[in-house]
Amino acid sequence: MMSAYVDFIRIRFLMMLAYRVNYYSGIIIYAINIGAYYFLWQAIYGSQDTLAGFTVPQMTTYIAVSWMARAFYFNNLDREIANEIRDGSVAVQLIRPYNYLFVKMMQGFGEGLFRLLLFMVPGLFIVCLIFPVSLPTDPKVWLIYLVMLFFSFLINSQINILTGLFAFFVENNEGMMRMKRVMVDLFSGVVVPIAFFPGWLSGIMEWLPFQAITYLPSSFFTGRTPLEEAGSVMLLQLFWFLLLLIPIWLTWRAARKRLFVQGG
Amino acid sequence: MRYASLFWEYIKNYAKTRLTYRADFWIEVISDLLFQGMNLIFILIVFQHTASLGGWSELEVVFVYGFFMIPYGIFGTLFSIWNFSERYIVKGEMDRVLTRPAHSLFQVLFENVDPPSLIGSFVGAGIMAYCWAQMGLPFSVMDLVMLFLFIIGAVLIYAGLYTALNAISFYSDAPTGIVPLMYNIQNYGRYPVNIYNKIIRFMLTWLLPFAFVGVIPASYFLEQKTDDISKLALLTPVMGLIVFGLGLAFWNHGVKRYRGAGS
Repeated sequence: MMSAYVDFIRIRFLMMLAYRVNYYSGIIIYAINIGAYYFLWQAIYGSQDTLAGFTVPQMTTYIAVSWMARAFYFNNLDREIANEIRDGSVAVQLIRPYNYLFVKMMQGFGEGLFRLLLFMVPGLFIVCLIFPVSLPTDPKVWLIYLVMLFFSFLINSQINILTGLFAFFVENNEGMMRMKRVMVDLFSGVVVPIAFFPGWLSGIMEWLPFQAITYLPSSFFTGRTPLEEAGSVMLLQLFWFLLLLIPIWLTWRAARKRLFVQGG
Repeated sequence: MRYASLFWEYIKNYAKTRLTYRADFWIEVISDLLFQGMNLIFILIVFQHTASLGGWSELEVVFVYGFFMIPYGIFGTLFSIWNFSERYIVKGEMDRVLTRPAHSLFQVLFENVDPPSLIGSFVGAGIMAYCWAQMGLPFSVMDLVMLFLFIIGAVLIYAGLYTALNAISFYSDAPTGIVPLMYNIQNYGRYPVNIYNKIIRFMLTWLLPFAFVGVIPASYFLEQKTDDISKLALLTPVMGLIVFGLGLAFWNHGVKRYRGAGS
């Protein structure tokens, strides 16, 4: 049975490979994004050396690695699920002998693998050539970061699945999906590290899963979070991964009872 | 005139379909506003740590943001074609559009018209008015005329760029996925362009002229800065006409190449 799920990873990976040309333009656009934020932050720092505990070189590395991590964990599972619910093909998926959500996760992982190898890695390489990014030298940091990145993917995909499943309850969840995208970008710390948030807002953020997607891993990668604390970061990520399974399971259970297929 | 009555028919049709999903309408309005609010939060957070951004004060940057929202809302209303490539090219709906006498771009746009986005424009105007009063800027009727011209210019720039981007689908079979990526880039036109290096500044001013939908026209109303981009502001309507002209030409050329992939 497991091999069937592994095949979903393989198929999605190959499908992405067929459309790889799109991702060359993606690398350029991500480089522009990183560039724009690099200069934006240079202007924000002005003559100051440290802001919210980030030095200028740390900030540069933070921006580069956060955007490139986003290049890896980003996927459109929410849209895929919502589309399948809206056009009714989810009904066919439901009678197949597999777990629909688990299949979606596997497809997302296939896409993630592709994005890691053909988007994030070359992208990070190019960005390091253009901007003064300082990468960690300790291989242990790289290894731990890779594990954290995997959790970033899991948590982000879980949030996507949860958003997508809302299409069962509202016929058009386009607005929600758009809002979710901006929320994840802002609250996960891609555009501004959570340490910069005003006290009350960063207080709220500590109780939400978003920081586990980008902020915590990237802070570790830039060396702002020391090696000794890596364990507690991964523990927090694991905690969120497990906790998010509950609302997904509940929504999924409620959704299947409610399903009505429009047209078809 | 014929297009105006067609437009009215499309709006009536839109209202009918929308009334069937009433709850969605409000979810969309609220999520739209939150979406805009997120970007504002970024500006507010940043200014907690610095007093100026490349010589621009917080009120000035928020003012630019307010201006930015006005044409963006209008554009969002008229250009809600995020799934163009998938729906019209891959599934072949373009065939249906082309059998009718009205211009294809007009039909595609008005089939997808999205009036709730317009609320963002009003919020933007409110933000702009608030900053205007706070900064004690002088106000004359001429300013309103210029504002009107700038908004039209900015909407045309958006329209031209996104028409061209969607028209890429006529030339390339694979879904390009470039449109969502452009989404991030357009936001950089909200910040003072002088903070970027030459390449990005050049790109935002002349290649993907998003500076002309935000910071350049808005600077016309603000105090003069050392690099004085407000002189460029008067070019906004001209840029709008050029960009839209190019976008439309690219679209028309693409339509001629269209072979109908769907079934």
